[in-house]
Amino acid sequence: MNQFQYMRPTKQKAAIDALAKDPNAKIIAGGTNLIDLMKRGVMTPLKLIDINKLPLNKIEHEGNSTRIGALALNGAVAEDKLVLEKQPLLAQALNAGASAQLRNMATVGGNMLQRTRCHYFYDTALPCNKREPGSGCGALEGYNRMHAIFGFSDKCIAVHPSDMSVALVALDATVLVSGPKGDRRIPFAEFHRLPGDTPQQDTNLAQGELVTAVEIPDAAFTKHVHYLKVRERASYAFALVSVAAALSIDNNTIKDARLAMGGVAHKPWRLTEAEKALIGKPATEETFRQAAEVAMRGAKAFKYNAYKLKLAPNSIVQALKTAAAVA
Amino acid sequence: MSEQLQKSQSGAIGEPMNRVDGRLKVTGAAKYSAEYELPNLVHAVLVGSTIAKGSIKNIETRQAERAPGVLAVITHLNSPKVPGFAERDHPAEPPTAGQPLRVFHDNKVVFNDQPIAVVVADTLERARYAASLVKAQYDQDKHQTNLEANLGQGYLPAQAKKNPKSPLADYQRGEADAYKNGATKLEAEYVIPSEMHNPMELQSIIAHWEAPDRLTVYDKTQAVIGTQRAFAKDWGIPEANVKVIATFVGGAFGNGLHNWPHETAAIIAAKKVGRPVKLVLTREQMFTMVGYRPYTWQKIGMSATPDGKLTAITHESVGQTSTYEQFTESTLQQTRMMYTAPNVTTRYRIASLDVSTPVWMRGPGEATGAFALESAMDEMAHALNLDPLEFRLRNYTDTDPDNGKPWSTKYLKECFQMGAERIGWSNRKQQPGSVKSGEWLVGYGMGVGTFGAHRGSAKMKAILTKKGTVVLQSATTDIGPGTGTAMVQIAATTLGLPPEKITFQLGNSTFPTAPSQGGSSTVNTVGAAVQDACIALREKLHQLAAATPNGQVFSAAKPEDIVIMEGHLSLANDKLAKAAYSDLLRQNNEAEVEVTIESKPGGSDRDKYSMYSYSVHFVQVHVQPLTGEVRVKKVISCADAGTIVNQKTAGNQMMGGAVGGIGMALTEGAVIDDRYGRYVTKDLADYHVPVHADAPNMEFAFVNKPDPHVNALGTKGIGEIAIIGMAPAIANAVFNATGKRIRELPITPDKLI
Ligand SMILES: Cc1cc2nc3c(=O)[nH]c(=O)nc-3n(C[C@H](O)[C@H](O)[C@H](O)COP(=O)(O)OP(=O)(O)OC[C@H]3O[C@@H](n4cnc5c(N)ncnc54)[C@H](O)[C@@H]3O)c2cc1C
Repeated sequence: MNQFQYMRPTKQKAAIDALAKDPNAKIIAGGTNLIDLMKRGVMTPLKLIDINKLPLNKIEHEGNSTRIGALALNGAVAEDKLVLEKQPLLAQALNAGASAQLRNMATVGGNMLQRTRCHYFYDTALPCNKREPGSGCGALEGYNRMHAIFGFSDKCIAVHPSDMSVALVALDATVLVSGPKGDRRIPFAEFHRLPGDTPQQDTNLAQGELVTAVEIPDAAFTKHVHYLKVRERASYAFALVSVAAALSIDNNTIKDARLAMGGVAHKPWRLTEAEKALIGKPATEETFRQAAEVAMRGAKAFKYNAYKLKLAPNSIVQALKTAAAVA
Repeated sequence: MSEQLQKSQSGAIGEPMNRVDGRLKVTGAAKYSAEYELPNLVHAVLVGSTIAKGSIKNIETRQAERAPGVLAVITHLNSPKVPGFAERDHPAEPPTAGQPLRVFHDNKVVFNDQPIAVVVADTLERARYAASLVKAQYDQDKHQTNLEANLGQGYLPAQAKKNPKSPLADYQRGEADAYKNGATKLEAEYVIPSEMHNPMELQSIIAHWEAPDRLTVYDKTQAVIGTQRAFAKDWGIPEANVKVIATFVGGAFGNGLHNWPHETAAIIAAKKVGRPVKLVLTREQMFTMVGYRPYTWQKIGMSATPDGKLTAITHESVGQTSTYEQFTESTLQQTRMMYTAPNVTTRYRIASLDVSTPVWMRGPGEATGAFALESAMDEMAHALNLDPLEFRLRNYTDTDPDNGKPWSTKYLKECFQMGAERIGWSNRKQQPGSVKSGEWLVGYGMGVGTFGAHRGSAKMKAILTKKGTVVLQSATTDIGPGTGTAMVQIAATTLGLPPEKITFQLGNSTFPTAPSQGGSSTVNTVGAAVQDACIALREKLHQLAAATPNGQVFSAAKPEDIVIMEGHLSLANDKLAKAAYSDLLRQNNEAEVEVTIESKPGGSDRDKYSMYSYSVHFVQVHVQPLTGEVRVKKVISCADAGTIVNQKTAGNQMMGGAVGGIGMALTEGAVIDDRYGRYVTKDLADYHVPVHADAPNMEFAFVNKPDPHVNALGTKGIGEIAIIGMAPAIANAVFNATGKRIRELPITPDKLI
């Protein structure tokens, strides 16, 4: 770990000023991802701005949406009454992530900004365009079992590891940010980026910007929701593939649907076309199969992740079946 | 609960007594190697190579040397010379062909992440930072790290070349490869990946030169005496000048049976800076520096008659080793002795790759071999449309088909019966995929395990103190099975003392010699020595008591009637008899009464009998048909391990083995990117050991009948059989659930959809 400066501002403005001024500064929240990466020399910030003194951990309902502060803990959000009532899919996704100990440290802001778990990103002895632009993508022709089947580029085929983000993108959340130029709102689907030629940039957050909260609009997705996470052990592993499914069903007809996948792309992967294929149809396995087929259009696999071409649609079907309670 | 706990503390052999060091462990009072606080202690961090093969052209250390707090940066260019390295031959201890890596000896790189430098600084953080500043340039050679691409390079180990009777040599009973002409036959290949040692405690050492020729190490090892010998030889100093302390070991599973480069790196560093040096490996370094279960390819050919009699088995195996040591293990032993097949051929090979040396890992060899053998047995049973348990019974043998000797004891049939009943084997359907629980497919499977019941020699000291307590000392270790607890129970039973009056001290090379803790032989060996030492102590007390004033009553009694009380001896059948310790000790001219004995396997039993422990694992699994997820729902393991000294710690052993087997079957496997010859899954996020949620309801049962031929206690050993046969039991259950036969571990969801 390199030497770094540390500050713990009590005012949001001070945090943003410090962050905007110094391109080598980084926010630290729960530290569960950043510290790991610093210990391995993957990230080497020269200044850490600890935001834990900022009043950003509230969970509240205002107007037609639930607002969750950036410092709200993953564990606290997953157990929050309001969240369980209004957005149970989010609670499920959070509980599918990491372990209880980690969820008690990890924050909502840190979770969406956690970095990929690609093996090549983590090992400074191996090439990675995300860590060291221009050094090459180790995964492209390497061990890419965990990697993307959608939206990748020849510079990077990593996936975003967050479970929470898969639910948030499905639920049409908005990220609230505050920066040197003031506040702005970023639709969750536009928060993370595809790798393109700049895989070093995970998100559209600008230099100096701080995530302050996420907002989730109320919707009719309280009953028929399911977050399915497929992994090789029962807990405490990143997803091979995950699916966030939310349905609104009336008289066995799907009135509205939300669908997103994790573990398949550089960003949480919203499946709007597949949603369209669900709406207006009966809630049957047949419908779910058809939607899954639509969802998989354009998927392409690499040497070690071809299984995802089958696991992903199967998981969509399974998640929808569970959400709809169709045996 | 508390009543039960109270009751369980009588300490007799067999009681489920709580661990004598349990409280120390759960309260943090137990001290592990890295936890000793020595004055002037400094910290060392290793720098690993980033290529798999070649030589170091240039190593840049100046920046690291200038970093704050740094005391030394040691490489092959400036390392103090290790005298033992200079010899052309630097054999391993215990001996394998080849020689262990001579750290910092020259500029050669023979595996990726090989230690090429060690940085010593006043704090761990500073050492770690400075280590990140050391940069090497290499002349790179082409490397080979893929076993399956190098199967053709497999060779007979040197030991087998030299000695055709070696268990590693090619073996033939009856006709060679007779399966090819069998009525019903199968031929299949099985692969297990490298499985990494990931005990909770990281490998760690504190090295302290107390004088230029006196070394003390607090070292995580399973062999304090072996380690003492190895370092004495390396440094050309008397063995008595090397003190090895390993009072507590936080799990080892075999990785502490060999000495590794990081240990010598710490000793070199301590020499260089003249201060005690602590070195703790990182989790990633555990993947390259302390051995692992080797990647192994196997092939089985098997034939049987239509009525389910095995006619032939051919079992071949190629396991990986390094280029500098020939690591071998007994992968094929179970195939030679478990079933009655008249024609058996085995061929064991190893292939040298540009990787670090593997080492024993729980159930070494047998766990690997059993995956192939017990999977093949299940495949054959299916081909014959026979219940797999029935198929095994039809090929059960009451004598060792390898050498015709009778078994010392074998209660495997009893294990079969107990296990089949408890798992509800009758619910198993012969047709795969016929049982469901909700959406999940349900399958049942079984696998058999065996491991030699070994016993070695050990010395033991027993001391009676004035307070009427007994202290036993042995240079064995306790890597987690509860060795100390078992030894206290053996002593308590032999002496008729309550367990709290007995202390068993271990993990110190100044104590009487004991073998390394491996091969499930510690209770067989050291337990026997405890028993012998207690008998010798009682005899000595008997003699001393007889010689005290009014000692006639003692001389008339038998030694086993001696009762140890606070302050005096008495007799079981005459509570009034008294021999005061002060009188005894005056006789003895000492402050305490002390005996040291050596306990050895005696007689000709070893020649007359074949000695093995046995286990059978029955499992029930659920498989999600769409996602391919496998969940083990129930495990019943039954073991014939001779006398069970402690039902509770023995159960712990079985449980740990079962969980290890679940990992082997479903989740574990380290992956190398062959382009770089470097592991890419090397932390606990990427390399999946099972978590609690993967460990189901588990039940364990023991036959608990003594084997009179291994030792007087009747023990046979548990640690290895707890895992051997577990992985195939799960693979067989997955087949029963899905009809899919997975022959390459681990059985991950992608293989089942
Ligand atoms: C062993 C392990 C297993 C895990 N398993 C899972 C899993 O299964 N599923 C899953 O989803 N996650 C998993 N995680 C990841 C975990 O969810 C993240 O580490 C955690 O959510 C990060 O939150 P944090 O507050 O600790 O972030 P930090 O580590 O403090 O920060 C992470 C990043 O976010 C930035 N940041 C933090 N807050 C803000 C803010 N308000 N504004 C701007 N930038 C900010 C930091 O600068 C840093 O770059 C796992 C982690 C570990 C260590």
